[in-house]
Amino acid sequence: MAGLVIEKLSKNFGKTAALSNVSLTIKDSEFLILLGPTGAGKTTTLRCVAGLEKPNQGTIEMDGRLITKLSPAERDVAFVFQSYALYPRKTVFQNMSFPLEARKLSQTEIEQRVNEIARKLAIDGLLNRRPAQLSGGQQQRVALGRAMVRQPRLFLMDEPLTNLDFTLRVEMRAELKRLQNELAATFFYVTNDQVEAMSMADRIAILDHGVLQQVDTPENVYNHPANLFVAGFVGNPRMNFLDCRIDKNARVIVGKDDLWRISLTRSLFEKVAQHKGGGEAVFGIRPEDVELSNEAETDMIRAEVYVVEPLGDRTIVDMRLGSEIIKVKVAPNFEAASGDSLGMQFDSERFHVFDKSSGEIII
Amino acid sequence: MADTQLAQRTRTAQFEGQIRPRFSWFTDRWIAISFLTPTMLLLLFISIFPLVWSLYLSFTDWSVIKDANTAPQWIGTANYLELLTDNRTWQRFVVTGQFVVPAVVIELLLGFGIALLLNRKFTGRGAIMTLLLIPMMLSPIVVALFWRFMMQGDGVLNYYVVNLFGLEPILWLSDRYVAPWSLVIVDVWMWTPFMMLISLAGLSAVPNYLYEAAAVDRAGTWFRFRHITLPMVMPLLLIAIIFRTMDAYKLFDQAVVLTGGGPGRFTQTASMYLYDVAFGQFNTGEGSALGYIMLIVITALANLLIRALNATKST
Repeated sequence: MAGLVIEKLSKNFGKTAALSNVSLTIKDSEFLILLGPTGAGKTTTLRCVAGLEKPNQGTIEMDGRLITKLSPAERDVAFVFQSYALYPRKTVFQNMSFPLEARKLSQTEIEQRVNEIARKLAIDGLLNRRPAQLSGGQQQRVALGRAMVRQPRLFLMDEPLTNLDFTLRVEMRAELKRLQNELAATFFYVTNDQVEAMSMADRIAILDHGVLQQVDTPENVYNHPANLFVAGFVGNPRMNFLDCRIDKNARVIVGKDDLWRISLTRSLFEKVAQHKGGGEAVFGIRPEDVELSNEAETDMIRAEVYVVEPLGDRTIVDMRLGSEIIKVKVAPNFEAASGDSLGMQFDSERFHVFDKSSGEIII
Repeated sequence: MADTQLAQRTRTAQFEGQIRPRFSWFTDRWIAISFLTPTMLLLLFISIFPLVWSLYLSFTDWSVIKDANTAPQWIGTANYLELLTDNRTWQRFVVTGQFVVPAVVIELLLGFGIALLLNRKFTGRGAIMTLLLIPMMLSPIVVALFWRFMMQGDGVLNYYVVNLFGLEPILWLSDRYVAPWSLVIVDVWMWTPFMMLISLAGLSAVPNYLYEAAAVDRAGTWFRFRHITLPMVMPLLLIAIIFRTMDAYKLFDQAVVLTGGGPGRFTQTASMYLYDVAFGQFNTGEGSALGYIMLIVITALANLLIRALNATKST
């Protein structure tokens, strides 16, 4: 068991609160990714778990053992740094054997373990080189290897792929996921890249301004965001947001001039009724849940094409609707040009309504 | 539109027509030459000419006083042979070495140690740093003067030796065994801050994440110092050692003020001996030769250190 339980963790730097009341449970052998924008407190959380930062409040438990007050060395975690933190004057072998030597293992066992991990990471040909002679991707593997030789049950990773170029990052994403499966170890991984989070994580925890927003599977985070922040942060291009209100007849009326209205089903309306917000709300719809059509039908909204961005595998069309821009994801063969007037329709089952003041999801 | 363009073109043409002939010779190359010439002339007269001339003189038995009106007499390598076979010369180099090695080593250990202590945030760090740097900023003569004052027979140092420890007063500047160490003490007092400053620059350049990685890897303090701090700071430490060695090797002013080379010749450094030969006895030729011997020694020494520096860099 290498479960991790973070309870009500708070950390201040001077007067700035970096983390407030973060509670998070990571299951054994789980790949949990902490996702959030820069400055959200992701790295601080990780550093608190590693013992490199002392939290002001809260507890951290690993395998049922309270580790909040232990030194980093006593916690038995492995940390992979964004900058890799390889020891510059040591060879790859020495870098990887360093944590084992500190544990006073026998020389034969050290060699055996380092060689085994090096083979697994395909760096066994580089063992005599120094970090400066390696490419970014190779350095990254060495950093991973140094974490792996100790066979820790908990890996802490601080944006380990951020400094890699795009192709390598995509490659390493798959590899990390495979490794995690193979090792059956617990990964606690920090990133600001939602693609990394969506593609690798068993569960994603989303952090903003030191406050945990949602913890759920990638599918649920995408399809059922807990609030406006999560809805806007996850997804590319981001979700379209429009002002809306809900009237007494259980209809959602979108836009200032009753742009679009939809009658709610019974169960959805019950959700709305339970919610004690005012009438002010925000309507959210993802770019792929909007349909564009050249043949104008009566129930369609007419809008003007503002910009067309072909991306190869898909095309993003920016539609102008008064002062608002609505991004729509369409098939790459969809033909449109700036200035065209098109019909636009929202998917009546795949939309969200958020409370405007609290940001909480209503539907 | 077309009109204004045309007007502009004719104007630039006129402009060029005026400027070109007068300044066209003034190319980048000429600018470079005109900026460099004064420096090169100055260098030629105060540095290059004396260098060449003294090299010539070192092969003659010329004296600036006795032979002022006669041409230098070429005597080949006689000056060098005489100096190198003279026991006194070797004695001066031994004195110098016995000063340089302990002074630089102690300065290095103390300076690096203090830098390790100062390499963290605490209140009053700036004030302490400034205070520690003061000795380095003083003139060597001033430093030597007040240390002589403190080290004289009835000085403040002996006051403590006698009244605090109840010992016999120490002849700091006139005992043949103590005086060389007094020179070391003064030099350490003055130049430890320099070692500290450079060490501190090296220490603050060690990225913190390396220490954090080491902490997670369960590395002990000694391990961290030996495998992260020391290798990362080593190149800068070597540079500091080169500077200090070259500087200590030519020790002159402090020794003149403190001991004057005494007692006897027991603290006469190579530089002082050179001064004595060239400007005490006015054997200009022999003095020049001694100067070149000193130059060769320090160049060799510096080269060894620089080789060590390059070795740390390439690995």
